[in-house]
Amino acid sequence: MASVLLLFAHPAFHKSRVNKILIESVGGLDNVTIHDLYEEYPDFNIDAAREQELLESHDILIMQFPFFWYAPPALLKEWEDIVLEHGWAYGSTGKALEGKKLFCTISTGGSSQVYSKGAKRFTIRQLLAPIEKLSQLCHMDFLPPFTVHGTHLLKEEDIREHAERYRRFVFALSSEKLDCSKLEKLDTIDENADKLILKAL
Amino acid sequence: MHGEDFFIQAFMYLAAAVIAVPIAKRLGLGSVLGYLIAGVIMGPFILNLIGKEGQDVMHFAEFGVVMMLFLIGLELEPRHLWRLRSSIIGMGGGQMFITSTVVTVIGIIAGLKWQASLAIGMILSVSSTAVVLQSLEERDLRKTDGGQKSFAVLLFQDMAVIPILAVIPLLALAVTTGHESHAVSVDSSWVSGMAAWLQTIVVLSVVAGIILAGRFLARPILRIIAQTRLRELFTAASLLLVIAIALLTTKVGLSPALGTFLAGVILANSEYRHELVGNIEPFKGLLMGLFFIAVGASIDFTYIIDHPLLLILLTLSLMAGKFIILFILGKIFKLSFDQNMIFSLALAQGGEFAFLLFSFALHKSVLTEAITKPLMVVVAISMAITPILLLLNEKFLQPRLGTREKEGRQADSFQEENSVIIAGFGRFGSIVGRLLRAHGVGLTILDHDSNSVDMLRKLGFRVFYGDASRLDLLEAAGISTAKLLIIAIDEPEQAREIVAIAQKHYPRLTIMSRANGQQDAYELIESGIKNVYRETFETSLCMGREALRFLGFRAHQAHRASMLFRRQDQRHLHELVDTRHERKTYLTATRQKIEDLERQLRQEAESYDEQLDKSWDVDSLRRAAKER
Ligand SMILES: Cc1cc2nc3c(=O)[nH]c(=O)nc-3n(C[C@H](O)[C@H](O)[C@H](O)COP(=O)(O)O)c2cc1C
Repeated sequence: MASVLLLFAHPAFHKSRVNKILIESVGGLDNVTIHDLYEEYPDFNIDAAREQELLESHDILIMQFPFFWYAPPALLKEWEDIVLEHGWAYGSTGKALEGKKLFCTISTGGSSQVYSKGAKRFTIRQLLAPIEKLSQLCHMDFLPPFTVHGTHLLKEEDIREHAERYRRFVFALSSEKLDCSKLEKLDTIDENADKLILKAL
Repeated sequence: MHGEDFFIQAFMYLAAAVIAVPIAKRLGLGSVLGYLIAGVIMGPFILNLIGKEGQDVMHFAEFGVVMMLFLIGLELEPRHLWRLRSSIIGMGGGQMFITSTVVTVIGIIAGLKWQASLAIGMILSVSSTAVVLQSLEERDLRKTDGGQKSFAVLLFQDMAVIPILAVIPLLALAVTTGHESHAVSVDSSWVSGMAAWLQTIVVLSVVAGIILAGRFLARPILRIIAQTRLRELFTAASLLLVIAIALLTTKVGLSPALGTFLAGVILANSEYRHELVGNIEPFKGLLMGLFFIAVGASIDFTYIIDHPLLLILLTLSLMAGKFIILFILGKIFKLSFDQNMIFSLALAQGGEFAFLLFSFALHKSVLTEAITKPLMVVVAISMAITPILLLLNEKFLQPRLGTREKEGRQADSFQEENSVIIAGFGRFGSIVGRLLRAHGVGLTILDHDSNSVDMLRKLGFRVFYGDASRLDLLEAAGISTAKLLIIAIDEPEQAREIVAIAQKHYPRLTIMSRANGQQDAYELIESGIKNVYRETFETSLCMGREALRFLGFRAHQAHRASMLFRRQDQRHLHELVDTRHERKTYLTATRQKIEDLERQLRQEAESYDEQLDKSWDVDSLRRAAKER
């Protein structure tokens, strides 16, 4: 079974409704390591060596965060700047992350409408371009993001449903019970992703 | 004295101390009482192991007091002493003046000559430096308000002994003529034959000499000695220093305790302070012990049994009288009730100087044996009673003052569930406590400074007064349900005591402790505490960061440099703890400190440059770009 490193960035986790339940849900899986960045580095003083070790010892990387101004909270950006060193993550000798899978789990206040395709609109996938590009440079497989939209109006039951779906997806992905070739074609990992879970499960 | 005799003597005194003191400590009586009891048991009345030489031993052991004042001086910087001046002069002067006046008047009423009454008055107004300071020290009261004021008064008394010695012979002239005697050692000074103005000049220049030598000579000399790396040589030098100053001051008629105290104050800022303290401390402790044993042995029980009523009455009135006068003074100088109790009880006895002064007055025929004999016994009894009074005060009176608290307030459930005990609410603990309180944490505070206790209680804190290393107090504060115990007191030994007690009785409780420095942090980590906070570490780091900024580092660069430093340091600290035991066996504490620092400096020199902001470094990117 593949091991999962969940990089979690939420500066006000004590106030969280959505991410709290999502984290609880996948936290129950044995092969998932939850790495709570704002808890580990409240002073933004990230220990690069330690982070690289963590990355090296996991196969799948999830970046989970609430959408703040169409981007991850600041600490996750800082993490990228500090941890993904030249010569380690990229460059001619940088192969440490080669072949690892990466996807983002994002909660947004805006509804799915806000992030649907349209003239003046950007999809989540488009907005995640920097991370997608980063994973290319680091030789990683970028998967479509797992999204929870319209968080302000979600009731607890709705959130639990998303959380359950999230857990199923992470479990299937890490136990290689997922049809990855079709996964690439999805824009986001929504309800349709359930159909990709191999029946053998 | 024969060699063998000496060993027998030494054996008896040491055995008495080793047996009696632990028992007394166990019983909560404290070491002073332990020594005194050992003395009583060895004395003529019970085992009769100490005979006539008891008095000699006492004179010899008084040197412990001299050392004690040297040590106290080392803890007091000149500025601090200056701040005490009004207490020294006001309280010390007031105490001596009023007490001797009252006793003189009583003496005259009782039918004594005024000269004799005055002599008795002056002699009895002096308290016992040894008993008071040692008792306060071991009850950890010396730095409280009451303790500081007691010290100020004692300091004044020490100075006053000199004029008293000068005045007593004059009183003699008024009683009888002629009858000179040189029996007592105080007359053997160089200056006794000189004219008064010359004496003054000599005394002043000796004092100036001590100050100047302390400032400019002592340090280079100590440095040379320290460089020999012979520990015993430094010990010898420390002793030599104290003895030399004591001799010098005695020779010009000053009190040796005062001279060494002065030297201590001057050396308080020097880098050898800790070495000096470490070297003198054990000698002081032994001599003080010896002194108390001798006092215990000198109590003449046969005499007491023969004149029980007289002696009880005299002791009672001496102590009650001194207590009342001190208490009124304490009130005038705005001591709070319980600090005033400590202050007044601590000083309400006759002192060791009384023995010397009474025999001096006897030789000068100012007083007769019929008067000095009972009074000397009374002084000895009052010295022995003082630690008992302080003990009773601490056990029965203070807790009542301390927990006089309105229990009405309902703590909400967050507070109950998150109850935290803070031991020590001074400079350190108060900041921790304020932060926690600002976020609604249920705090219980333990402190032994009654002034802040009062204030905190008025502000609605749950406060307990007293020694936080007492299990009963910790239990009263709710340690059994507390989530966290924060130790923020400034006494490392006491902090470790609290840790030991809390770990023994509540092994699952989380403890956070303030550490005094690196060595102290080691000890705490070794005792199993993970959360150890060196008291000056963060501030020093801050200062280092600002210094880097001043030198041209960008703010964020300096910030990150200090953060990296902190992380490394934390790691090194734990590494050093792991290897400490093997190193400890062959290194003294001071050597070890230096060795540790050296290691850290080496490691840091290697690791920093390449680690700082490596990921923001674009050199390698540029190199790669050029290669393409
Ligand atoms: C500073 C800030 C910026 C935000 N920016 C966005 C945004 O750009 N787009 C959006 O859809 N929601 C935005 N939100 C809403 C959050 O994404 C939403 O509250 C969060 O995902 C809820 O998750 P939680 O319950 O785990 O905290 C923002 C919220 C904050 C506090």
